[in-house]
This record gives sequence, structure tokens and C-alpha cells, in this order.
Amino acid sequence: MSEPINVSMTVNGSRVSCGVEPRSTLADFLRQTLALTGTHTGCEMGVCGACLVVVDGRVVHSCLMFAVQAGGSVIETVEGLTERAAIADLQDAFHLRNALQCGFCTPGMLMTAYSLLSQPGIPTRDEIRDALSGNYCRCTGYEAIVDAIENVARDRDAASIAQTREEAGA
Amino acid sequence: MKARAFSYARPSTVMEALETFADAGEDASYVAGGQSLVPALALRLQAPQLLIDIAHIEALRGVELQGGWLRIGALTRHCEVLTDPLIARHAPLYHAAAPHVAHPAIRNRGTIGGSISHSDPASEFPAMTLAMGAELELVSRTGTRRVAADDFFIDLFQTAIEPGELLVAIHVPVIRPGHRWAFHEFARRRGDYALVGCGVLAEFSDGLIEQARIVFFSVGNTPLRARQAEQCLIGKRLDEAAVAAAQALVGGDLDPPEDEHVPPAMKRHLARVLLGRLLGQIMRQDS
Repeated sequence: MSEPINVSMTVNGSRVSCGVEPRSTLADFLRQTLALTGTHTGCEMGVCGACLVVVDGRVVHSCLMFAVQAGGSVIETVEGLTERAAIADLQDAFHLRNALQCGFCTPGMLMTAYSLLSQPGIPTRDEIRDALSGNYCRCTGYEAIVDAIENVARDRDAASIAQTREEAGA
Repeated sequence: MKARAFSYARPSTVMEALETFADAGEDASYVAGGQSLVPALALRLQAPQLLIDIAHIEALRGVELQGGWLRIGALTRHCEVLTDPLIARHAPLYHAAAPHVAHPAIRNRGTIGGSISHSDPASEFPAMTLAMGAELELVSRTGTRRVAADDFFIDLFQTAIEPGELLVAIHVPVIRPGHRWAFHEFARRRGDYALVGCGVLAEFSDGLIEQARIVFFSVGNTPLRARQAEQCLIGKRLDEAAVAAAQALVGGDLDPPEDEHVPPAMKRHLARVLLGRLLGQIMRQDS
């Protein structure tokens, strides 16, 4: 029983195929086997949100699934989002607004913000707080994190309006 | 903590899943979204020898209208319950409860069938299953049966599902024109387990209440119907006096367990307040 199972998945655009023990969580697999340590393991029971990753287009806890369950899936970690500059503006805004201190929770915060801001419209502060309800930060008191996300939401909206105008005027 | 070692199977049909479970001699566990099971394994509250991943069985997916019933596939995720137009229209108490189920990332993976078969007494979907009078479609190697929600929730984390049996779909009787409903829960923070929650489904005819189902959760071992409060509403017009009468009876309907943080008296008080608000909401919908 419980011998390694061969699992294939796409992680940050690359095909990965290797043997994994069924009891290994996706978080441990990403960190230990693939050395993608941007995904953090905090509570390992789905409470703190430090381990969030994108699986098949949806943000989920990588501590709440086993790597074998992700066989055939498309995974994106915070490293993937960073490398394709999908969250460059969020990273800037977190930096400018001091929205992190120790930084342990930040990858998860960025994942939640990425997911929230991929929906149309500007979320209210209450909606941002609601989206962050599954992300713990023990340093900042959240206010600066909400500010940073709100700023990016406004900037992205303004940019998309400007682009629409430019296209209409051209 | 880490889960104890186990082996893993990924069947592609219901029959294959049932056979796999039977071959494992009962020391197996089905997993769908795993949002309750995986932490239980990590904490070693459970340690099956075999995990049977049913998340890739196509027959367990989909939401469709079948005559007077809405069939919701067991693998329907919480985030889909939140956005599915058929559920919003025909099984509105699930739709109303969905934003209160945990946090967005949990809702992205957790499934309604998993939530109902796990039957956490603080969970929203099992309670709304009872409030809407849904039926649960269970499949075993010997056949299919449908169990009414009133006979399904037996005790703490215990349902009518037999070992090896699989919940494949939830059948909800669709909302009719005379129906009114309301849902709310009190929780310390958004996404936390409810201190007390409640869903109400009432059917009116000529302005009088013909049927009422009032279901509380987080007040005992299973979702609980407030039978006396329901009874006192039958045949009445829903006005302030009727609401007050139901509120007066609801404390006697509930027998919350001792709890250091939320003592029974506080749960009863919160239940009374909640019921008043929900019936008030329905009263205003009606006028």
C-alpha cells in the first residue's frame, strides 16, 4: 500500500511528472519536490490561507488536497504569477503601502487579491475584507492590505477605461 | 501534522467506486473536495487505508430540472451553488446559505454532496437540505434508493448513508409560487462556524400559512426542525402576533448542548432573535 504513484500535472506552465506518496499534500509536493517555496505552510488545516495556489483556474488551499488529487490539473503558484507579471502591480502596491511586515502571509494574500481582482468591477472595502476572511495576517492588522488591494483595483479600472477610450477614439 | 500513509484510487464510474470500496473491506474513505476530510486526516482524527477519489466521476456532476424536482449532482462545488441560476431559482435556500459557507478558497473546492454526507452540525447545506424537504439519492452495489431529509440526519456526523454507499445527487422539490423563504446565521466573523443559523421555508395559500419548515443548525447534534414553532404558524396569517407566538415556542424546540463559549441560554436567545428576523423578512416579502 501507499507506494508512490506517478502523477503528471502542469505547474507554472511546465509539465511535471514524478512519483509521489499519496499522503503528500500538494503544498509539501510544491515546496519539497519542486522547490517552489513561495507557497507557505502555516496551519496545514485550511485556516490561515498562506498556502493558496491556483488549481484549474480557482484559488484553493494546497494543504487541503493531496498531490495525487491534482494529477492532470493545471497549477499556478505565486512564483508563476510573479514571473508572468500578473501581480506586479499588487506587489508594488503592497510594498508602497507597507502591507506586509514579516511577509509569511503575503503569497496567500496576493493569491486572494489576484482572484478577487480578476472579477469585473471595483470591489468595496467590505468585499475585499470578505475575500480576505480566509487569510490570516498576524502583523499588519489588515488595514494596509485592504488599502493596497483597493488602490490596485482603482488603478486597473482607470487603466481599462483609458484603454477603452483610446480604442474608441482611434 | 501529516496524514498517516494510505493508498489512493481514482475510479471513473460510480460502479467502479463502489467495487473499490467493497474490495477494501470497509477501511476506505471516499473523497470529493476533501475540505473537511483532508484536515481530519492531517489531524489523524481519521486514518483510512484507502482513499477513493470520486471527484472525476462525470455522473456525479451537473444541475438539472427533472419535472417538479431539481437534481443537484453531489460534486457541485460550493462556488457553483453560489452562481448556478437553476439553484438560485429553484433551491433558493442553498443559494442564500452559500456565501456563509467557509471562505472563498474552501468554496472553490468543497462539494455540496461532501458537506451533506459529512453532516457537520454547524454546516449550512445539511440544514437547508432539511428545510427544503429534499431527498438524497444513495447508490450501493445492490441498487439506488432515495431517502427523505427528515430521515437522513441521524446523529453527530451520522447519516442514513450505509458503509460503502455513495450520495450521488440531491433532489430538491422546486419552489412554488406560494413559497416564501429566508436564511441567516450569526457568526463571530464571516466564514466562521455559525453560533446559530436558521432557514425558513413557508408555503402560503390565500394569505394563510399552509406549511412551514423552520430548521436550525449549530444548536445540537444534527440540523433541527423547530416543530412547535412550525405548528403554531399553520393556518395563520403571518403578522406580528404570529411571529411572537413562534418566537415564544422556539426555545422549547431546541436543546442546545452545554458549551463554555455559547451556553444554551445564549443559543436559545439567539435562535429567538434570528427566527423573529427571518419571519419578519418573510412577512415583508408577502405584503
